[in-house]
Amino acid sequence: MSSLLAAASFDVPTIEYGQLSPMLIIFGVAVLSLLVEAFAPRGSRRPIQLVLVFAGLAAAFAAVVMIRGTQHIAAMGSVAVDGPALFMQGAILVLAFIAALVMAERQVDPLGDAFAPRASALPGSTDEIAFTRLGWLQTEVWPLFLFSVGGMLLFPASADLLTMFVALEVVSLPLYIMAGLARRRRLLSQEAALKYFVLGAFSSAFFLYGTALFYGYAGSVDLSAISDALTANAGSMWLVITATGLVSVGLLFKIGAVPFHQWTPDVYQGSPTPVTGFMAACTKIAAFGALLRIMYVALGGIRWDWRPMMYVIAALTMIVGTLFALTQTDMKRMLAYSSIAQAGFMLVGVIATNQAGLSGTMVYLVAYGIATIGAFAIVTLVRDSTGEASHLSQWAGLGRKAPIVASAFALFLLAFAGIPLTSGFTGKFAVFTAGIAGGATPVVIIGLVASAVAAFFYVRVIVLMFFNEPTSDDGVSVVVPSGFTTLAITISVALTLVIGLVPQLILDLANQAGLFIR
Amino acid sequence: MSTFPWLLALLVVPLLGAALVMFLPKNSPKLAKQVGLLVSLIVLALTIGMALAFVVAKAADFQFAYSVSWIPAFGVNFSLGVDGIALVLIAMAATLVPVVMLAGWDDVDGSQGSVRGYVALILVLEAAIVGVFAATDLFLFYVFFEAMLVPVYFLIGRYGGPRRNYAAVKFLLYSLFGGLLMLGSLIGLYVVSARITGTGTFDFTSLANLNIDADTQKWLFLGFFIAFAIKAPLVPFHTWLPDAAAESTPGTAVLLVGVLDKVGTFGMLRYCLELFPDASRWATPVVIALAVIGIIYGALVAIGQTDIKRLIAYTSVSHFGFIALGIFVMTTRGQIGSALYMVNHGFSTAALFLIGGFLISRRGSRLIEDFGGVQKVAPVLAGTFLVAGLSSLALPGLSSFVSEFLVLVGTFERYRWVGVVATLGIVLAALYVLLMYQRTMTGPTPDAVRERVTDLRGREVLAIAPILIIIVALGFYPKPVLDVINPAIDRVMHAVNATNPPPDVAPVAEGTQP
Repeated sequence: MSSLLAAASFDVPTIEYGQLSPMLIIFGVAVLSLLVEAFAPRGSRRPIQLVLVFAGLAAAFAAVVMIRGTQHIAAMGSVAVDGPALFMQGAILVLAFIAALVMAERQVDPLGDAFAPRASALPGSTDEIAFTRLGWLQTEVWPLFLFSVGGMLLFPASADLLTMFVALEVVSLPLYIMAGLARRRRLLSQEAALKYFVLGAFSSAFFLYGTALFYGYAGSVDLSAISDALTANAGSMWLVITATGLVSVGLLFKIGAVPFHQWTPDVYQGSPTPVTGFMAACTKIAAFGALLRIMYVALGGIRWDWRPMMYVIAALTMIVGTLFALTQTDMKRMLAYSSIAQAGFMLVGVIATNQAGLSGTMVYLVAYGIATIGAFAIVTLVRDSTGEASHLSQWAGLGRKAPIVASAFALFLLAFAGIPLTSGFTGKFAVFTAGIAGGATPVVIIGLVASAVAAFFYVRVIVLMFFNEPTSDDGVSVVVPSGFTTLAITISVALTLVIGLVPQLILDLANQAGLFIR
Repeated sequence: MSTFPWLLALLVVPLLGAALVMFLPKNSPKLAKQVGLLVSLIVLALTIGMALAFVVAKAADFQFAYSVSWIPAFGVNFSLGVDGIALVLIAMAATLVPVVMLAGWDDVDGSQGSVRGYVALILVLEAAIVGVFAATDLFLFYVFFEAMLVPVYFLIGRYGGPRRNYAAVKFLLYSLFGGLLMLGSLIGLYVVSARITGTGTFDFTSLANLNIDADTQKWLFLGFFIAFAIKAPLVPFHTWLPDAAAESTPGTAVLLVGVLDKVGTFGMLRYCLELFPDASRWATPVVIALAVIGIIYGALVAIGQTDIKRLIAYTSVSHFGFIALGIFVMTTRGQIGSALYMVNHGFSTAALFLIGGFLISRRGSRLIEDFGGVQKVAPVLAGTFLVAGLSSLALPGLSSFVSEFLVLVGTFERYRWVGVVATLGIVLAALYVLLMYQRTMTGPTPDAVRERVTDLRGREVLAIAPILIIIVALGFYPKPVLDVINPAIDRVMHAVNATNPPPDVAPVAEGTQP
């Protein structure tokens, strides 16, 4: 769609509203939700927002189900509505639903929910204390959440680089704010937000520069036009390589791949934990979706040029993520490094550049996302008087204090470790099989060794919870949550087991999604 | 062949039993133990029923085959079936579980974990053991192979001795590492099968019929072999075993060393040899060297141990050397000996660990130096311990002799000098067993021993008696087991394309089957 930038004559755009309905629903609800913030009285905002969010997510999911099987590039060549896009949109919506349940929790913190009563109040100021005493809630988090989800739906479906860039920003900007909204440890949270913003903006610039270079090469930002130009072998190869590198940096940053991962532990640690779960799970799906689409659709023809780069990045990501996770003493930071390592495993599926690699990565993303949201939901429950007790030593003996919660957490850890009969194994198996079939055997071997090392720090937490005596009188307890978090954890546990025991269901879905439309 | 789904029943009954035990009231540990024992006896009864229904003439085939599609996308089926070797190993496991329950009746009272959890974990483990021996789909085998780790990990880590955390984690990491290497080979095998036949499969028989080129075989073989060598364990992958065995309860140690570790040697025999025949022959010199080193090293280190349980663990390292040796000398007699050895070692190690456990729990110490003169105060205990020890050193008339002799004969047939060196292991075995007996059971009786060590109680005798009877019975009449094993070994020998070397002595020796 070269007319996007160089419009010689004006065509009346045709918009396929039906095929775009999942995004339209979410953005529409997001606007409504904004209006609620503006006009509804403070006391009634939360219930209205919750109804809007859950109904909106459910309606968008229903829309995805309704338009399943579509293979069409909609909105004048900007949005590809195809099997993989719909699979990822469905996955994002389901995970966002679970994440929203955790965000809606108001019972675990005696002061209110997970978010600062008013983000603009200085940490520790009298204002803040007053707002807290009034019991105010920062319900603005909901429109931010919805806009971010909308961006995530668009991100993997973008058929040209400019749409993808816009989607990237729509995903990110609300997340920057949400990262800074923590009720407890506000300075850490604000630091996380600033760090995320600065580095995110920086990487967006890389992406945009890469887009410009692609335009210079192909005369278009359309993914399929870039692919055609590569087939025709027009223009300078160095331009393409540089552009590929720059665009990859932007996306690899969002994925948290080494060496663009530095923000991950700080942001995961500082953000309100429910937001951490949401962004760890959903952003990763969206960004992987976009990366897969660029690599498979636009750059499939030169995969022999970019695969060596991706080999190195995948290997580094697995190794660095695993090794740094070993040394962490904070639960949220450990999960952050673990999510870096997991991103490395998923990159194996990207490298495979075959149908199995695509479907395998999608299955892995879902498996990882579910376990991640579940794990962070449990992190919100382990508390002492100052908030979440996220130091590893505070988790000692948790199996004695709260056997069910500890068992659920152990299940998520086993899924991360890729133990058979859990969802993580299904994902790992699918990705590694695709990797070997795609000729990436050395990376798969590194992946297996990294998995073995990674198992160590997952198991260490299980040991800590079940085999160690709790430190006496440290005031750490597992708070009994309301139905929201309970439901979120229950769904996560159930899905983790289902994907582990009966993987055929999700494998069928992923395989039927087929390949990207060109 | 009957139509009753024996194997499925063997899988499901212990799992249901475990679930039932977990739903029992928390404050009645005795009831949990009774239910656990009952369930394990039902499993034993089912196993006996299955063994009776087993057609010995067709012992090379997978009988009682059961298969449903599980993950069609990966070509994975939930397929079960047993040949002669798998049958005798399942039978051994099913015999040992009730014995372990009964012998360890009081072992976990007052430990930090709950009694019903202990019972349930053992039953879950029993199901996993049945699954790992009965799986005829490699993916399913791998799943059980890994799933087995979880109950053992908790059995060691929650119910073990003072250094149980360390031992449990070490065990898990070694096993996970091996398991992941195997996963790599498993995936590779799947991709290779997809390349050769067009559709990937995990079915054992189909995979065994693939003609994989020799170079690919080597890589795939290594993944499987290292996993099995860690599990078995062969030197130098053995260092987890003494810790795990010493820190776990005697019952767990029996299941771990006596049964679980057999998965390693079973896997070498079934999977390494039949799936990768060329690579197996390629690796033979190294494996034989490791096995012989294991035999001698394990025995020497056992002699130097001061801790009874570690000593027993090291004797097993030596015995696993014999088993691996018999498998890789690629002679019929060697492999039959190894298969039989797996069963015999299970029983004799069980007897040693359990009686050693009785001794240790009475005195409250695992150190050999804390004992002495036990045979005066506890003659039955000392006597059974002696029988178990003699079985371990392969005294003629006891079961281990038959298998050890077969392994050595099989070794001599092909590698005479290896056989000579391996025979030293028997001499060293006499040393470590008799020295341990001498130091603990004979001589003056210290006061601490006189006060605390009482003779075996009725329950303990009841638990140990069946094992000792089996040890003696198989020592005099191993034919029933050999008849079942033989056809399956012939299949392996055929698959690995090995022929027995012609006898270079008078053919009279051929006819003297022990």
